Amino acid sequence: MSERVFKSLTFAAASLTVVLAASFLIVLWFSGFEAWKTFGLKFLFTDVWNPSSGEFGALGALSGTLFTSLLALLIATPLAFAAAMWASDAPKWIASPLSRAMDMLAAIPSVIFGMWGIDFICPHFGFSLFSASLILSIMILPYITAVMRDVITMTPDVLKESAYGLGATRFEVVKDVILSFGKNGLAGGIFIGLGRALGETMAVLFVAGGLNMIPSGLFDGCTTIASALANDFAEAEGLHRSVLFALGFILLMLEFAIQILAQLYLKRGKIK
Amino acid sequence: MIRRSTLPRRIADSLFKITSAVSSSLGLLIMIIIVSTILYYGASMLSIEFLTSPSKPYGEAGAGIANAILGTLLITFGAALIALPPAMAAGIYLAEYGRDSKLASILRFTGNVLMGIPSVVVGIFVYALVVVTFGRFSGFAGSVALAFLMFPVVMRTTEDMLRMVNDSLRESVLALGETRSRGTLKVIFRAARGGILTGVLLALARVSGETAPLLFTALFADSWPTSYFSGPTASLPVLITDYTMNSPFEAMHRAGWGAAFVIAAIILAVNLVSRYYAEKEKL
Repeated sequence: MSERVFKSLTFAAASLTVVLAASFLIVLWFSGFEAWKTFGLKFLFTDVWNPSSGEFGALGALSGTLFTSLLALLIATPLAFAAAMWASDAPKWIASPLSRAMDMLAAIPSVIFGMWGIDFICPHFGFSLFSASLILSIMILPYITAVMRDVITMTPDVLKESAYGLGATRFEVVKDVILSFGKNGLAGGIFIGLGRALGETMAVLFVAGGLNMIPSGLFDGCTTIASALANDFAEAEGLHRSVLFALGFILLMLEFAIQILAQLYLKRGKIK
Repeated sequence: MIRRSTLPRRIADSLFKITSAVSSSLGLLIMIIIVSTILYYGASMLSIEFLTSPSKPYGEAGAGIANAILGTLLITFGAALIALPPAMAAGIYLAEYGRDSKLASILRFTGNVLMGIPSVVVGIFVYALVVVTFGRFSGFAGSVALAFLMFPVVMRTTEDMLRMVNDSLRESVLALGETRSRGTLKVIFRAARGGILTGVLLALARVSGETAPLLFTALFADSWPTSYFSGPTASLPVLITDYTMNSPFEAMHRAGWGAAFVIAAIILAVNLVSRYYAEKEKL
């Protein structure tokens, strides 16, 4: 095989990333075009959801998506940070099974988290925003922890040892040395977690209650863009289907923005 | 000199250590609870009949999940066939040719962004692209959706593993008069194959449990997956969703847990084996 052909072939394969990203945007935009044409930008700011009369707004699902994801982040971030701290300098016989368990947790399919949530979380908190956030926080915990562990182990030992040498306690080393050295990387980890939470579908579909409106309380039913897509798409027709594509487009844009932020912060924190 | 008490600092430190230890154990604890739930509800469902009969509508005797197991295998390996060649080629480009060039870092960045696309969005994308174009749902469309999810993951793993191969090996190969492409395929790729294989297995395990991309592509059918290219094809995740969400019957819920047990066992086994293998390679 000629060298040039081989190189061009591999380059073409790598370019598929850009082709794919672009075609996602194009296909979702045009499939949802009828919705954008019908409702205009107002679509983003109304929460009516009435398939029978053909009135739709994105705000119900969008606000549910943001509320559940942010609350999940609020629960998971401190836990992930503490777990990463501990794993980064616990003795190997403790740290290794813990991180193994986290890896396994990340491998369990979303749909099983959903079934588990129905039996173990919903009896206590109902089919609600809070149940969805709780499930999400468990699901994103391993991802945030993994990134944070990398960030923490990258803090130069010299810096930590100098602080210990000055008489700092473990807590002070974490607060003053590791946090300030790794803040970009840690922020990157949080964005990775947020990205996962925003797009998570099945678990949320099972426990959130599926009410397409702006949630007014923690224990109210709600829906997210991802779970609304999973629930409605098969039966939707005409304008309704186009509206769902438009929701998918919004979620895609949101996800692209979060991923770009995550990559920028991780790059600044020199992770990967 | 004024001596300040170190007590508040020591208390803050102890509190911090306790919180860390507790929250670290939390991951392990949740893992144990979930796995034991799956075992408790799922294991009791297992029987030869359950594992070898196809699924049937509610009330019919002798129902099982064998068609969904086969369907999941078909759809997952179909996805691997579609995604692996271009993904590995892309990884080779990034590791061997692009390296730290501006262009390569843009492609790498885009790949990382692609990994974040929600699987349900991939589902509606493939619906618009494949299902609408061919005018029918099919297991193949499901494979395409899973392939899109695998592509960036395998590309990045291939690159990472190739880059771990020492440059002196590349130079030796070239010094022996081998061409770049043959050297890459025969020597560099071979040196990294353990890591790449691990990455591919993990990616396969990940996508085999995906539900959302299959909901509007492969759909579901109470039949053996004989029409992979032309009709709805059963899969374990969609069966679980159907039985849990859309069925009022206790027997169906139990069958759902049985299916959850099977898919979780497969995924966790692949994870454990490939991670064990990866760690042994490194030693």
